[in-house]
Amino acid sequence: MSIPFPLPDGSILARRDEILAGLAPLLPSEALITTEDERRAFETDAFTAYRRVPLAVALPTTTEEVSAVLRYCHEQGVKVVARGAGTSLSGGAIPQTDAIVLGLSKLNRILDVNFPNRTARVQAGVTNLSITESVSAEGFFYAPDPSSQLACTIGGNIGMNSGGAHCLKYGVTTNNVLGVRMVQMDGTILDLGGEAMDAPGYDLLGVMVGSEGQLGIITEAVVRILPMAEDARPVLFGFDTSEEAGACVAAIIGAGIIPVAMEFMDKEAIAICEAFAKAGYPLDVGAMLIIEVEGSGVEMDAQLAKIIDIAKQHNVRVVRESKSAMETAAIWKGRKSAFGATGRLADYICMDGTVPTGQLSYVLKRTGEICAAAGHRVANVFHAGDGNMHPLIMFDVNDPKSAASAEHIGLELLKLCVDAGGCLTGEHGVGIEKRDLMRYQFTEDDLRQQMRVRAVFDPQWLLNPAKVFPLDGRE
Amino acid sequence: MNVTMLIERLQPQSEQEACEIVKQAKLDRWSLAIEGGGTRAGLGRPVQADAVLSTRRLTGITLYEPAELVISARAGTPLAEVEAALAAKGQMLPFEPADYRALYGSQGEPTIGAVAACNLSGPRRIQTGAARDALIGVRLVNGQAQAIKSGGRVMKNVTGLDLVKLTCGAHGTLGLFTEVTFKLLPRPHAQTTLILDGLDDAHAIAAMGSALSSPFEVSGAAHLPTGHDGTGAQTLLRLERDAESLAYRAQKLVERLAPFGAVRRVEGAESAALWRDIAQVKPLAKAHGPAIWKLSLPAHKATACMKAICENLGARYFYDWGGGLVWLAVMPGEDAGALRIRAAVAEAHGHATLMRAPDEIRAKLDVFAPLGAALMKVTSGIKQSFDPDGIFNPGRMYAGV
Repeated sequence: MSIPFPLPDGSILARRDEILAGLAPLLPSEALITTEDERRAFETDAFTAYRRVPLAVALPTTTEEVSAVLRYCHEQGVKVVARGAGTSLSGGAIPQTDAIVLGLSKLNRILDVNFPNRTARVQAGVTNLSITESVSAEGFFYAPDPSSQLACTIGGNIGMNSGGAHCLKYGVTTNNVLGVRMVQMDGTILDLGGEAMDAPGYDLLGVMVGSEGQLGIITEAVVRILPMAEDARPVLFGFDTSEEAGACVAAIIGAGIIPVAMEFMDKEAIAICEAFAKAGYPLDVGAMLIIEVEGSGVEMDAQLAKIIDIAKQHNVRVVRESKSAMETAAIWKGRKSAFGATGRLADYICMDGTVPTGQLSYVLKRTGEICAAAGHRVANVFHAGDGNMHPLIMFDVNDPKSAASAEHIGLELLKLCVDAGGCLTGEHGVGIEKRDLMRYQFTEDDLRQQMRVRAVFDPQWLLNPAKVFPLDGRE
Repeated sequence: MNVTMLIERLQPQSEQEACEIVKQAKLDRWSLAIEGGGTRAGLGRPVQADAVLSTRRLTGITLYEPAELVISARAGTPLAEVEAALAAKGQMLPFEPADYRALYGSQGEPTIGAVAACNLSGPRRIQTGAARDALIGVRLVNGQAQAIKSGGRVMKNVTGLDLVKLTCGAHGTLGLFTEVTFKLLPRPHAQTTLILDGLDDAHAIAAMGSALSSPFEVSGAAHLPTGHDGTGAQTLLRLERDAESLAYRAQKLVERLAPFGAVRRVEGAESAALWRDIAQVKPLAKAHGPAIWKLSLPAHKATACMKAICENLGARYFYDWGGGLVWLAVMPGEDAGALRIRAAVAEAHGHATLMRAPDEIRAKLDVFAPLGAALMKVTSGIKQSFDPDGIFNPGRMYAGV
């Protein structure tokens, strides 16, 4: 395990009792967690290889309580790590021993749904899926749909600029949020944007989204809600090779068709998912695509006919068009269970680089070679339309060498993505996982500009300070 | 240094040259007004700068991958050149970039860099997002003469702080864009506009809301209270699809809109011309006298807001973005109606930008809605972090920024 944490501030650790006593009057009694057992529940997120038990956990119930806690921590020089549901795959919510965790889980109300303006005002701890659930009866949904949408919070989604399977058509979080209420480290409450389509001045909302809890704590958000399509239907394609599948994706987009989702699975992923979900996936193909289109029955027929035509020009071997809701559910069940099914076989780490879609075949080939050379199995399941790759590198958690080697391979694959013209992370965030690779993608000048912007919001680097930027050379 | 040399020096041909110019400006304590095609010089507060830094020689498409839906171009590339290259491959910039030459009575060619710097989006913004949503990568020279990049050429990228969004719409006050990268969409094969006649504002906003709440992907929703040709109110709803799907959706939408009255349809080129005029603010731009405001506000509050404004002022206006955007023309007078307009818009939780007015009015008024103290502090800090010496477009957005 090679990712370093900063040395804890001894003076903070020594003053723990005093700090807890200072926090206590700012929160309802059940909202401050101090016992070791209870704090331990917050020691990591979904990047479970790293853990640190925080100084305390604050679970405020209002924006004003968040402000009071931050103002106090600001005065006392106490670091603060924000946490939604703790589903970060990059360690974005992993605490430090000299920091408090500020959890937003009690801010879990949908405040207002405004159908005429097609917006919803929600608190930060509301789950992604519950926003859609609250508007679906009226025919609306909230578009970004990360795999963890049942658990993950909108505050966390905004912090990480989360994506999902349907970004190709509907965009990512930053394209679907119109405003936030946030609290700065010194306790100042700011509204960025709101219910209008834009806001005056610099696009501070734009830089807030994806800032990984480093600029402020979001307590409320205004999100766009969109009308649902009339219907949706997937088709499943099997190809002999990943190259053919990749070329098919490029040809579909090149033909002016934007399917709502285009998911890719390689042979290993197909086998794993089929064994788990019995989705009826073809086991004798080298790669598979699930392509979903939306519209009326007639519109979907026409669009799928065009897509199938293109697939045939790329030597598609298996074509399975969904004929019923049950079949649709089965096709998606395998894909959606990919991470869980892989987890039953072996421990794995999931990487998240993005590459230009024209580079997919090459990057897949190199991924296979790099993993094979190091003796790791790898399964690839990802969003092909936007080039956001998710190689699942399998390892044995009981073998420290295997775990270290998987971590090393993961970083090699991310460098491969940058070399191919892409980036380190498409939707999971930098967190601690990719922090020390930032110089691979950015120059020192690039990073210093980002850090200067960061320092405008949090000059003392108290908010989630161990994340995103390499620990050395900070301004 | 004579004037000829000056102009020569301030038209960099490369990012490297741009860095050198900024370095020199920093040493000489010069401020620089950034200019693209010069077609929107009337937008923002008047800039008093020591020299003009032009992107006119920073031109050319540097990357275009149709199958990846991405294009990169140097900042000074004419928008028309970018759009022609995209049209040749059946693609387009999603947000329908706005051309304000009619509004400002200006000549020249708008540039792709200025589209990014001003975050200017047309009617399709309601369906496919704004310029800031399509902009996925920038290269810029900051006030320390450093070439900085943010984002890239892939459409999913959350690596580091999103300086792309922060600099988009900053009107060149944070740096000089040298290259910008946009994601694209396929260009629809056909379009149709459904027109409802004679609706009052409240019914028009309700009709647009109904259409935008339908699954039919309405890509334009505008209401002209005095009509496109000045004869009577028109509510316009655009669909852009391939021909078969278009026929189906238009029919479904007509049925949905039945409670609002009879629907006429305008097709193809005629429909496109209507939306071009709306994007260019033609219904108000023709007369050169009035000051023109752009109001951004929640659609459900637009009617009440416009009622409050029009009770006090002789004004003409029209709605775009389903009512979320109002273009408003008033006689300039003392303050172009700023006090009353800003009060009414604030009541509606929106904001107002003075898009066109004589220099002397824009010099003394807040062109962009004033920010509260806390937001202004962050804004000044951001400016400082990019451009500590205040080299770029001083005062373009706010005094001292």
